[in-house]
Amino acid sequence: MRHRGLASLAVVAAGIAALQVACETGAIKRTILIAPSDMAASLWDILQSGTFNHAIALTLGEVAIAAVIAIVLGFSLGVLIHASEFLRRGIEPYLVSYYAVPTIIFYPVFIVLLGVGSAPIIAIAVLLASVAMITATVTGLDRVPRALTRTARVLRLSPLQRALLIQLPAAAPYLFTGARLVVAYAFIGVIASEFILSADGMGYAIAYAYNNFDNRTMYGLMLLIIIVVAVVNTSLDLLDRRLQSRLQSGRGR
Amino acid sequence: MRKAVPPFVIAVVSLIAWQILHAMAGSNTISAPLQTIAFLTDIMATTRFWLDVSETGQAFLWALLISMALGTSLGVALGLSRGTGEVIEPILVTFYALPKVTLYPLVLLVFGLGLSAKVAFGVMHGLVPITLLTRGAITQLKPVYWRTAQVLRLNRRDAIRLVVLPAIVPELIAGIRISVSLSLLGVLIGEMFASKRGLGFAAVNAMGRGDIRMILAIGLFLSVFAITANAALLALEAGVRHRTAAR
Repeated sequence: MRHRGLASLAVVAAGIAALQVACETGAIKRTILIAPSDMAASLWDILQSGTFNHAIALTLGEVAIAAVIAIVLGFSLGVLIHASEFLRRGIEPYLVSYYAVPTIIFYPVFIVLLGVGSAPIIAIAVLLASVAMITATVTGLDRVPRALTRTARVLRLSPLQRALLIQLPAAAPYLFTGARLVVAYAFIGVIASEFILSADGMGYAIAYAYNNFDNRTMYGLMLLIIIVVAVVNTSLDLLDRRLQSRLQSGRGR
Repeated sequence: MRKAVPPFVIAVVSLIAWQILHAMAGSNTISAPLQTIAFLTDIMATTRFWLDVSETGQAFLWALLISMALGTSLGVALGLSRGTGEVIEPILVTFYALPKVTLYPLVLLVFGLGLSAKVAFGVMHGLVPITLLTRGAITQLKPVYWRTAQVLRLNRRDAIRLVVLPAIVPELIAGIRISVSLSLLGVLIGEMFASKRGLGFAAVNAMGRGDIRMILAIGLFLSVFAITANAALLALEAGVRHRTAAR
């Protein structure tokens, strides 16, 4: 596991090195792509000068708020759908097609409803992210082993006890996978909205730098987003795998 | 028939919610469902609308075709050499989770404004799911298939063509289904940001004018298309799975 992770990193490093060489030798024009070392230097300047601190804090804050709302909302809706056969039959056909709809198209509608600023951006991110949580919650609750449900019945647990002591822990790995997806979708929703129509945040800063031919700043900010998303995602993924393997070994017992 | 009742009720409830939203927000901001449908039929009678549709459709079809061809071959290659696949997969997963809009300026600088940039952006969205699903299907393939190919003394190419690919058809369809929606999304976002034609541009143009009716009409049109395509591919996938299971 560990040396495979290292091999993946080595592949990325080799790619970056190749890019560096291609940029240094002029095979890739500076007007198209600046060398990775320049990107890193630009990122360092951005963090040092603090010019974009506000935009960075704003974007990360929006992602965090959207993720929390999506997790709570998705979980609650998932529990409701799991509990009601009618809701499940009614909503499931839509859930499987949900991600086929380009949600971002409806961003302006939220601007009209919620005004300009963070609220419509968070709304789009929640809209994009919560469905992953709904699906994960329903799947997780469906997969609670029957032996556990029977044990709950034998022990005469109250519905609340059953939920807290049996269902929630048993579904936890699925819920975590859902939460991991929520975070990824929240990043995509927030940054895409900022990019298309907004006056602040990292997405806007990149679009602004692009429109002003400021490649250095643009690539510095891009690198920052890539690093943040990659680090957040990889750490959540590692945690997720650990939980999943615990689930597997739990089954074996 | 009774199976259709709950989804129908949900659809009616959503329409009512939309109507209430319209009443609450005021008629000039959010147009009502019927108004939107009427407006959509109106603009569907104009040539301008179908020009936009064909512009978007063209970029979307190219993006989908390239995603399918490239994704399947890449997935097969990564599935066959397990070591390489395991090293590359985390990179693909991270790329998949990346907000790819941030990379759009790079795509524009490389491809310039126009069709190729939109197609490239659509491929960036659609390629990874097909690749991952194809690779997953091949690594999970039952050993009996490989042994059959061995017994029949098929060479590697024939084994892939006659045994492996037919065995993973359901997963291929699932991959195509996800790529359909994602390449469409990629093309639309591409058009929103840097284009003078297509549905994405029409939407962003309407955004600038504050023309919510137009946006809802385009959104409705795209949703109906996306959901229909998705449902058709889901049905196809279920049919193929059923057929393979029956054999």
